[in-house]
Amino acid sequence: MKFAVVVFPGSNCDHDTHYVATQVLGHEAELVWHKDTSLGGADVVILPGGFAHGDYLRTGAIARFSPIMKEVARFAAEGGPVLGICNGFQVLLEAGLLPGAMLRNRHLRFRCQFLDVRVEQTDTPFTLACRPGQSLRMPIAHGDGNYYAEPDVIARLERNRQVVFRYVSPAGEATEDANPNGSVHNIAGICNERRNVVGLMPHPERACELAVGSADGLSVFESILKSGRQSLVEGAFATTTGAASSAAAR
Amino acid sequence: MQARVFVTLKPSVFDPQGTTVAEALHTLGYAAVRDVRQGKYFELEIDAPSADEARRLASEAADKLLSNPVIESYRIEVAS
Repeated sequence: MKFAVVVFPGSNCDHDTHYVATQVLGHEAELVWHKDTSLGGADVVILPGGFAHGDYLRTGAIARFSPIMKEVARFAAEGGPVLGICNGFQVLLEAGLLPGAMLRNRHLRFRCQFLDVRVEQTDTPFTLACRPGQSLRMPIAHGDGNYYAEPDVIARLERNRQVVFRYVSPAGEATEDANPNGSVHNIAGICNERRNVVGLMPHPERACELAVGSADGLSVFESILKSGRQSLVEGAFATTTGAASSAAAR
Repeated sequence: MQARVFVTLKPSVFDPQGTTVAEALHTLGYAAVRDVRQGKYFELEIDAPSADEARRLASEAADKLLSNPVIESYRIEVAS
């Protein structure tokens, strides 16, 4: 598998993501500058965490106009797997590749901590190797992770099983106390209708070796490899569910 | 020509910053301040032949970049 990790000015989890792809998994990965216009033939694209363009205006608001985002949108439209982690998730929201928006954390605190996230759906390229309902221990580090969408959009997300990750208690319950930022329905991550674009606030790339406190994030990366192997057999992974682009759903 | 763009969270969207500012004002004794909504303010200096044209350009900028229609709405004032 070949990973493309997009680097915006202000990205700061790009090297962690590149490290996991190359050193932990032993696969090929390339850092792609945001002004580039090619993804270099990558099989999977990751928008990493950080503070693209200093989070000026709104998180992800400037990054969505970077030249590489046209290629990312094209790649996603062709069914290619795209993962947005933290700030990368915020960029996908601003770009309209995923529905909804991020608000300031409800209590205005920048939350930097390990927590438990429940895998709600396993039919995405980033959760394929997980068990349904499995809890993953991963860190979050964000000030704007309070996921919001209009009630009808939330209802549609739930109906279409597009809520991929939820914040849960150690017992695996989506309680108020387990919600670190005020996100509706404890939403920590979602996918588009076609299920090939996923965004989440927790950092799987910071939880891929026991030495850093958890290796649960590896499940996300192993899912990518598994979906890559499947797509060799079945054709593009995402074509199985079809459906229109969610770009218009914003 | 100057266009002023006021971006605010939609009424249905909770504003944690505004709420915190309101609480701080209450702490200072301003009990009469019932609520605070925080927003963003932009001054655009625009080369345009008419106020209408300046407003149109500012509106386009607000739609594309200055506001996020999922959570925000905006209002424009044009002054020459």
